[in-house]
Amino acid sequence: MSDYQWPDPATRPLLGKRISRVDGPVKVSGRAKYTYDYNPDGLLAGKILRCPHAHARITSIDTGVVEKMPGVKAVQVIQQAGTEIFWAGDEVVGVAAVDETTAEDAIRAIKVQYEVLPHFVSDAEPPKNISLDTGPLSQEDFEDLEDNQVPDDQVIATIKKNGISFHPSEKYLKDAQESGVDKKVVEALRNAKYAEGKTSTSPYKKTAVQKQGDPDKAFTSAATVVDGLYGASCITHCCLETHGMASEWTTDKDLLVHVSTQNLSGIASQLAEPLSVPAGNIQVMQQYIGGGFGSKFSPDRWGITSAHLSKAAGGKPVKIMLERDSEQKVAGMRPSGYGRVKIAADKDGKFVAWQSSSWGTGGMGGGGTPPLPYIFDIPNQRKQSTAIATNQGSARAWRAPNHPQAAVITMCAIDDLAAKMNMDPFDLITRNLELTGKRADTYRDELPIAAELMEWKKNWHPRGDKSVGPLKRGLGLSLHTWGGRGHNSDCDLTIHPDGSVEIKMATQDLGTGCRTIVTIIAADTLGIPMENVKLLIGDSRYPVSGASGGSTTSGGVTSSTRRAAVDAKNQLFEKVAPALKAKPEELEAVNATVRVKGDSSRSLPWKEACSKIGALPMTIRGKNPDKSKPPDLTNSGVGGVQMADVSVDMETGIVRVNKMVAVQDCGLVVDVKTAESQALGALIMGISYALYEEKILDPVTGRMLNPNMEFYRLAGIADIGELKVHMMTGKGYDERGVIGLAEPPVVSPGAAISNAVANAIGVRVPFLPLTPNRVLEALEQGGARASV
Amino acid sequence: MKKDDDASKSEQSSGVTRRDFMKISGIGVAVPLLVGPAVVKAAGEDVAVHGPGKVPVELTVNGKRLNARLEPRVTLLDALRDNFNLTGAKRVCDRGVCGACTLLMDGKSVYACAVLAIDAQGKKITTIEGLAQGDALTPVMQAFVDHDAQQCGFCTPGFIVATTRFLEQHPTPTADDIRRGLSGNYCRCGTYSGIRAVALATKLEGRSS
Repeated sequence: MSDYQWPDPATRPLLGKRISRVDGPVKVSGRAKYTYDYNPDGLLAGKILRCPHAHARITSIDTGVVEKMPGVKAVQVIQQAGTEIFWAGDEVVGVAAVDETTAEDAIRAIKVQYEVLPHFVSDAEPPKNISLDTGPLSQEDFEDLEDNQVPDDQVIATIKKNGISFHPSEKYLKDAQESGVDKKVVEALRNAKYAEGKTSTSPYKKTAVQKQGDPDKAFTSAATVVDGLYGASCITHCCLETHGMASEWTTDKDLLVHVSTQNLSGIASQLAEPLSVPAGNIQVMQQYIGGGFGSKFSPDRWGITSAHLSKAAGGKPVKIMLERDSEQKVAGMRPSGYGRVKIAADKDGKFVAWQSSSWGTGGMGGGGTPPLPYIFDIPNQRKQSTAIATNQGSARAWRAPNHPQAAVITMCAIDDLAAKMNMDPFDLITRNLELTGKRADTYRDELPIAAELMEWKKNWHPRGDKSVGPLKRGLGLSLHTWGGRGHNSDCDLTIHPDGSVEIKMATQDLGTGCRTIVTIIAADTLGIPMENVKLLIGDSRYPVSGASGGSTTSGGVTSSTRRAAVDAKNQLFEKVAPALKAKPEELEAVNATVRVKGDSSRSLPWKEACSKIGALPMTIRGKNPDKSKPPDLTNSGVGGVQMADVSVDMETGIVRVNKMVAVQDCGLVVDVKTAESQALGALIMGISYALYEEKILDPVTGRMLNPNMEFYRLAGIADIGELKVHMMTGKGYDERGVIGLAEPPVVSPGAAISNAVANAIGVRVPFLPLTPNRVLEALEQGGARASV
Repeated sequence: MKKDDDASKSEQSSGVTRRDFMKISGIGVAVPLLVGPAVVKAAGEDVAVHGPGKVPVELTVNGKRLNARLEPRVTLLDALRDNFNLTGAKRVCDRGVCGACTLLMDGKSVYACAVLAIDAQGKKITTIEGLAQGDALTPVMQAFVDHDAQQCGFCTPGFIVATTRFLEQHPTPTADDIRRGLSGNYCRCGTYSGIRAVALATKLEGRSS
């Protein structure tokens, strides 16, 4: 039986080494062609008119003048008069013209009138008892009142006055009473008048309270309890290549699209319905993508519009790339996440109780739900979260959805608890690792490595740098986890009789090194140089491979490639065996030869061996998952530890990162070089969102105030300090199989930096980004908001 | 290369009178003009008025003379990308912040999104495509590969042009030089660590500073 298992370290010429990315030369020379660079003859420029209001109804659209403008080739109304618009920047009309300037002029000439409606863009803490005066009580409203411990007589009065819009069952009433709702309130509920649900829609959607153990008792008997307020603001993806697509109808029924996407194999099926064309008639292409980070899985409305415009323009190619301001406003946002937290430890420093009330917004869809408490399964818990619907472009997956917010809310609370206990947070966390379950051993391995790289024990001091002068220095740490099981992936591996090898796979390389690791796996398995392997990706005619999201690509593409390469090698051995007077199972492929194991005298050069295939090439399909070809070559669940060393200027509030350390597990590391780059990049992106990035909405107009790159600030080369990355490899890690790395290392930087700032200045700055004004405000308030 | 869709359209009135043309000829030393712009006095100085409508533009790019008819509002970046298919320089912020469109104009780094094509006439322009000879990589390009100073690669051409110019000016840069000298470019994937290593390790040979 074939052995698909990853090879031992001794028999891995390429796997696990430090190899430069294969598409490096084409990128550095400026020859890599992105969707944005697609520039065929006759290309028309598409532009979109967007609604300037955060909430409005379109009352009229007049495109008459524009349709007659010289150079305008097609006009498409995207949302008709009468449509309600829910965020500033939503698409209204698309135009295709001979060039961008003509298209821009056309957009300006379109006349659209709106009835402006009230908007809501605040993600501040939800007001208490929002349900008291808003009509009949829904079940959520009622539970909300109880959660907020509104006095019983007030609750009863509200029930009597407003009625209720749900039918409480006897079981519900019994449960309510058992969970502590006063008998009189239960009676009022039982006798309440039923009334139709209210039509006014509150932006606040509360989840039911989740309870574990007995938090009240645990808090009462705990040795140390701290309260705190923590969180992270909305940020954008800010892909450098904006979202966009070029469409051209090559016949009446066949569409060719070039699109900037993380989901090459999934685009056609999303276009088929809106365009009324069979998915099989749509070819999707993309060689290079200028960033996605979770925001590019769909063709989006502008992509569909480019296809409509192309059709209207007789099939000519129409390319719509978003302008920078639109990219920032509507094409990607990470939800905010905030929480009021109470956490307690016993006298031995074991976490005993957690309570959190969290909230955040993800646009009209509500908000994310950060997994709280993060990583540590604290025995007694009470938690509840509120999603706030706001009039802004909806959230999209942003690297490790919900985890960075959860890390800030949890790891900062733990850090404050350590400070109150006069403990080093490193020791407090170490003492509680068993609460992290399956990842505990990983963290136990990683924490000392991180501590050594940071010289934690030498450099750490109790909260508040007591040195003289305005510059204060501090250390902070955070832990994180992520799943990352390999996605579904098919590939075709072909060995040609001349010895050349080619792999086809409809995947994408976001700059993560996907091309490089697939090439490494194939060459490593076949015992040939990487230059012998030609990898073809980025074309939907190739075998289907999954979307690149959630750190699932590396596991998927390496598994399918490994199975295809092992099968191809074995089939080649069958053809070659007679020539070497051996059985197929006695052969091996090493150093660009096929030979009898350990016998270099009975050997054929790779090219000659491949000539035994016959006149036609052989093509093998590799799949993931594939239960018929065990073992499972990928896995799920990784752990990482990060530490930050910062300096804070107490006079200006400016935070600078001196150094960051990341120790990261991702199972079997295929290419150490690109893996380290991924982790380094995550640290830098983390510094960026910890200190600078914030999507700022104007409460008056509902518009984004900084939809650009001068006021939506990214970290630059001067802002990053010294960075150290250590990838976990070897026993305990390699045998787990290949696991993706895109999400985990971007989770912890915000929490680690926030903790380092608290360690430096002696008070907690509650929310990211840690801007100078927030730092100065926290100093002025003496941390009153963040500690007991 | 894209054909000029409106090539047949006659030049719209640029307001050039015979007298203006004489004046232009007088100042036409720095800017080689086929049909020059009008010149008006503004604040006591001669100011060339181009357009409205498309005007002939000649650019000297990577040692070649390139001609097109462009509206005066077209940036150097868009002119190179849309008309001459030189797509290495990228439009990212489109307002002189991020550096993804960096190229050399008379040897100096400039943001091509912040220069009008008409103003780039008569200047020697070098894009990422013109830095290397054929398929060979320059030392800076090779160092970007070796130090893996790129991920998605979208900011990379701009960074390479900026780094090349930076190293000409700072052959042995300090960490502080790098912080100051390469702060004009942004990367979203987070490749600064590799770029810093490139700047520290690369020695430009055979290029005069």
